[in-house]
Amino acid sequence: MRAPTFWLVASLVGAAFFGLSLLVPNQYYFQAGYVVLQYIVLATAWNILGGYTGYVNFGVAAFFALGAYSSVALYKLAPLPIPVLVLIGGAVSGVVGLGMGYLTLRLRGAFFSIATLAMAVVMQTLITNWDYVGGSRGAYILRPAQVPILGNYIVYLFLVMLILSVIAIGVARSIERSRLGFGFASIRDDEQAAEAAGVPTLRLKLVATTLSGALMGMAGAPLPYYVTYLDPSSGFSLSYAVNSIAMPLIGGMTNWIGPLVGALFLGTIQQLATVTISSALNLLIVGLLLVGFVVVAPNGIVGLVERLIAAARNRR
Amino acid sequence: MEVSLDLLLGAIVAGILLGGFYAAVSVGISISFGMLDIVNIAHPAFIILGAYAAYIVNSSFGLDPILTAILMLPVFYLLGAGVYQVYYAVFERRGDEALRGLAFFFGLLFIIEVSLVLVFGVDYRFVEAPYIGPTLRYGAVDLPLRMLVPFAVSMVLVILLQLFLSRTFTGRAIMAVSQDRLALQLMSANPAKIKRVAFGISIATASLAGAFLIIIQPVEPSVGRDYIGRVFAITVLGGLGSFPGMVTAAILLGIVESITATFYGPSWSPAVAFGVLLLTLAFRPSGIMGR
Repeated sequence: MRAPTFWLVASLVGAAFFGLSLLVPNQYYFQAGYVVLQYIVLATAWNILGGYTGYVNFGVAAFFALGAYSSVALYKLAPLPIPVLVLIGGAVSGVVGLGMGYLTLRLRGAFFSIATLAMAVVMQTLITNWDYVGGSRGAYILRPAQVPILGNYIVYLFLVMLILSVIAIGVARSIERSRLGFGFASIRDDEQAAEAAGVPTLRLKLVATTLSGALMGMAGAPLPYYVTYLDPSSGFSLSYAVNSIAMPLIGGMTNWIGPLVGALFLGTIQQLATVTISSALNLLIVGLLLVGFVVVAPNGIVGLVERLIAAARNRR
Repeated sequence: MEVSLDLLLGAIVAGILLGGFYAAVSVGISISFGMLDIVNIAHPAFIILGAYAAYIVNSSFGLDPILTAILMLPVFYLLGAGVYQVYYAVFERRGDEALRGLAFFFGLLFIIEVSLVLVFGVDYRFVEAPYIGPTLRYGAVDLPLRMLVPFAVSMVLVILLQLFLSRTFTGRAIMAVSQDRLALQLMSANPAKIKRVAFGISIATASLAGAFLIIIQPVEPSVGRDYIGRVFAITVLGGLGSFPGMVTAAILLGIVESITATFYGPSWSPAVAFGVLLLTLAFRPSGIMGR
């Protein structure tokens, strides 16, 4: 499929999905759906850096919360529409991603991972000590109850997140098929050989961190309007990090389908577990699935399915 | 702000004591990350496990936490050896340790933490020992015994480990394994076995570090996360795998953190370690005593 066709199909699928969603009478569906969609964006964004170039980012929560907190800061200044907030949140996190990458990407992979973890804590400390956005007490956001045309505000947020996930997936797929994507893959497979062959590795890695960070910031920007109360410990919660890493690993990291499958699978399980069992058990499920998959099925669900298809072909 | 000399002196002494404790927390990472090249980000979770082991034995039998930790060393050694066995079979042998190995330990971190939450809840737990209350005073300087005892035991631990690594065949093989696997094989030592021993030792130190932690402060399952950055900051700043460097870095970080907490408030102290780590990685990745 050519890129424009793919964008068209993805948009149509998104529109059809939204149309079908409107038929669901239950409010809770949109509440839960928003979270799953948010994880599709986060997992896809993580995979652009983690899956395509092989650099593990543990600081997802930092990029995500930066997007959310830029919305909080702007909320105190002037009321802006959500799409504008999304763009600004994305810009802030993208710039931080660029700076972060510039500081650490010349080092070995593991150092980058540890540094991203470190950055998450530095950011959290800064936000906790910044009184303007509420400090450790947190910030309240008053959102309008209704929006024109769509009616309910949650439905509006759901739509914004749905559009963002279509964009994220579209971006991920276009990267895969482009020079950029081949450059990323060469870094993942053998960085030294890529460098020797003339691939501008540092520049490509910077592109990946910036893109990935920007998408995470965009996913975070509507968060304050969704939760209406945001404090640093929930915005920077490590569960965002573990989920965004677990989803691509469980789904499969080599292409855009993996994070999508992983986010749908894990996100839905978590929503069900939160309702039926307990939310503490959520993280245990994620942890167990993450370890289970990396040990037993290193190529994720997509890898398993591909193997099954190959086996079925061979039998014929 | 007026800087009083007494306050500064007190902060420095408190920082040195804190640094001794940080050395015990980091020594395991110094072995696993510094020498074996295994990025065990779940190490702080094992430390919390050690803290809970000390808590259980202390609250039900009244046994001293440090004594408990020493008795638990073999258990943690076996745990570590077991984890390495899985890690080796699944990742190292396939040459897949970089990305999926990291994810493996990250998942392990959550499994340990959430299991502790499910069993013990999120209440803060603490231990009782005769040295937790009293404080020695010399003029303006306070030496709380609950800091002094972990400091002393931790220094003994690091010195013993250093002697083990530099004087015994196994110890030297551990130092060698990250430098040249092939040469080690030619000396008829099996690298996988040596690494298993070393990783077991690194997890065993978590038992003691956990006991120190719960002596110093009450513990709940998620406090381990605060230490991830600290231990890596110390290990990297110390120059991977060098014990003298690691102890120097631990004490330096302890002093800086303690001064920050005294003069700017404790809410800033987590950022210190991470700031130090980021600056080290950006400007001097080989650390202060790196080779």
